Amino acid sequence: MKLVLSEEEQFLKDTAKSFADERSPITHFRKLRDTNDPYLWDRDLWSEMTKLGWPGILIPEEYGGSNFGITGISVILNECGKTLTPSPLFSTGVIGAYSITNFGTDEQKKNYLPQIVDGELTTSLAIDETSHHNPANTEITAKKDGSNFIVNGKKIFVIDGASADIIILLARTSGKKGDLSGLTLFLIDSSTEGIDRIKLDMADSRNYANITFDNVEIPEVNILGDLETGGETVENILDIGRIAMASEMLGNSEAAFETTLDYLKQRKQFGVLIGSFQALQHRAAEMFCELELTKSSVMAATKAADEGSNELQRLSSLAKTVAGETLHLISNEAVQMHGGIGVTDEYDIGFFLKRARVAEQIFGSSKYHTERYANLSGF
Amino acid sequence: MSDLKKFREDTKKWLDENCPPSMRSGADSNIPVDEVWGGRNAKYKNPESKIWLDKMGEKGWTMPTVSKEYGGGGLNKDEVKILNEEMFLIGAKAPLLSFGIWMLAPVLLEYGTEQQKKEHLPKIIKGQIRWCQGYSEPGSGSDLASLATKAEDIGEKFLVNGQKVWTSYADKADWIFALVRTGPKEPKHDGISFLLIDMETKGVSTKPITLISGKSPFCETFFDDVEVPKNNLIGELNAGWTIAKKLLQHERAFISNFGLAAGMGSTKDVVSIAKKHLGDENGKIQNEFYRSEISSHKIKEHAFGLTLKRAGDEGGKASATASMFKLYGTEHNKKRHELMIAASGINGVAWDGDEFDDSDKNLTRAWLRTKGNSLEGGTSEVQLNIISKRVLGLPSQ
Repeated sequence: MKLVLSEEEQFLKDTAKSFADERSPITHFRKLRDTNDPYLWDRDLWSEMTKLGWPGILIPEEYGGSNFGITGISVILNECGKTLTPSPLFSTGVIGAYSITNFGTDEQKKNYLPQIVDGELTTSLAIDETSHHNPANTEITAKKDGSNFIVNGKKIFVIDGASADIIILLARTSGKKGDLSGLTLFLIDSSTEGIDRIKLDMADSRNYANITFDNVEIPEVNILGDLETGGETVENILDIGRIAMASEMLGNSEAAFETTLDYLKQRKQFGVLIGSFQALQHRAAEMFCELELTKSSVMAATKAADEGSNELQRLSSLAKTVAGETLHLISNEAVQMHGGIGVTDEYDIGFFLKRARVAEQIFGSSKYHTERYANLSGF
Repeated sequence: MSDLKKFREDTKKWLDENCPPSMRSGADSNIPVDEVWGGRNAKYKNPESKIWLDKMGEKGWTMPTVSKEYGGGGLNKDEVKILNEEMFLIGAKAPLLSFGIWMLAPVLLEYGTEQQKKEHLPKIIKGQIRWCQGYSEPGSGSDLASLATKAEDIGEKFLVNGQKVWTSYADKADWIFALVRTGPKEPKHDGISFLLIDMETKGVSTKPITLISGKSPFCETFFDDVEVPKNNLIGELNAGWTIAKKLLQHERAFISNFGLAAGMGSTKDVVSIAKKHLGDENGKIQNEFYRSEISSHKIKEHAFGLTLKRAGDEGGKASATASMFKLYGTEHNKKRHELMIAASGINGVAWDGDEFDDSDKNLTRAWLRTKGNSLEGGTSEVQLNIISKRVLGLPSQ
């Protein structure tokens, strides 16, 4: 495993960087927030991303995708993270595309994948039920009824859940809360009767929903993967998601750090640039080191995913932990080093802080993954 | 058969015939283990240590990439990889630990004259001459460029007077590479030269310094009217600071490996210590607070290892990152030892006597030794300064 980007991956990264700089600078996000956009992502921007082939990066060529790999999609999210670009790329281009490509039936692939490639269909993963991520604690039930399952219960904090066409639901078909066994994944049309979506207002002004299921009927053919093995399947899907999210968070950190560094080089106090103060220099240097460690962790994880390494789980927890801690540090330091303007809404740096704390929670916090890393490492 | 395939076969065969049994992993633990530093006065508890050094030195495989005319192995990158793999497979011990190899040789290759390279490199590679480093002085620590040991031009020779401190193993070394002031009127960075001095020269003396660990790996080194031939000057007169900085990068790259458990500084794994002293059920450390702290630490160690790997894979960016690795590697090593002694409880602060195991007593001393890691080769604070200014481009005051 070589920890360098291939020429093609580097090209993808450069393309994504130009795109994010030109088409979705932070003002783009600010406008969506200020206009209280119902989706909190822009459909025109999404169709531009579609034209670049981004939703199909994890999808095989026979369904119209480019099969470009986790590293490929991650470098794009990394660049989008730098300008806080909101889009369904994570929940659809990573989670939806990966899940259906790897665990879907031929029928499901034919149904959904070409539509994902065309940007016509977006997905979301309904996983959490309590304030802390823990798939084993799934309680929402799917009870067998003839050739259908009847779903009752509530999912919370569903990413892009307020807009998604397809919900990938993790539900309990047997066993009890706390077991990873007895869980099953379903693909559900979000317009199915009995589904109620409540849009959430989160600190980062992105698209989330709580979703209730009231006697929702799902045909058996909509099971994703196998009955009762959803726990294992979803862990794999989540690991890919964690790695991609870590890459986006790395982008958040890089941009917040760059902005702060620029500020240190132009803001004067006591007649000198504040960047000449050693108290700030050393903290900046420490952030630089943490960023370098994060880059390596994220790259090792994306490469492991592409190479099907048996270290995938550990590297996923590693990447999510390191990316989370680095972003936590940098988002705090960035605000502090900006001084008063750092806590104004008018200035962008606060957006990074708010995005940071939400992203840290997605698919497990650093604490969750530090514990998981210990379990996986045998101590 | 491809050239590389043949090289692998030949190497395997050579190692099989020449690497003594006690120099391989799995050797009888009753055979004494030498830390082989070579040199004129080297002593060996196990004669096979010397045989292994001589065999490898003859091949030039202690510095496999250096060309054969200087006594090196003359191998290319692919061949070195094969050599390392084959040595790893039989668990072969490193034949030689050497400041000459780690620090001086790269500098000689870059700045030395043809004659200097031919004179010194073969002896470094064969482990015949043991080198030490004369950088710090009592008044010049972090502000190294303020150094005062002077070398006056007395015609055919330099006359050296002054004192160095923190000279690692000066009492055992044969030669010293030293920074000396040759331009007292020049600005401080522009009056320093890089000089090689034979420790047997009249007027050179050393005195070991006892550390808080109870050990004395460092010395004070004194120069009292020491006459040094002029052709022992490396590079131009008064251009030593550039060489000094280059050498520090090699030194820092080397010290940063301490940050990895697999690096030289490690004694034992923090996980096994924690399991031993805090309990181990179903493979889990039986204390959630320590377990969580150890996991955080292991994650950082893993990320650091991946960063060293990435720097290697990217190639050639060492100078920008050497300070980061030095800083992180040493701070990490300190933290690991703090965790190890904390997880050992009372046993982690054992000093002497029969009531404690050697492993506990050694750990206490190893922990104390790590406190020097973030001082030697440039303190952590100096590394932070370098990163701020050279990497991040932050302004000076």
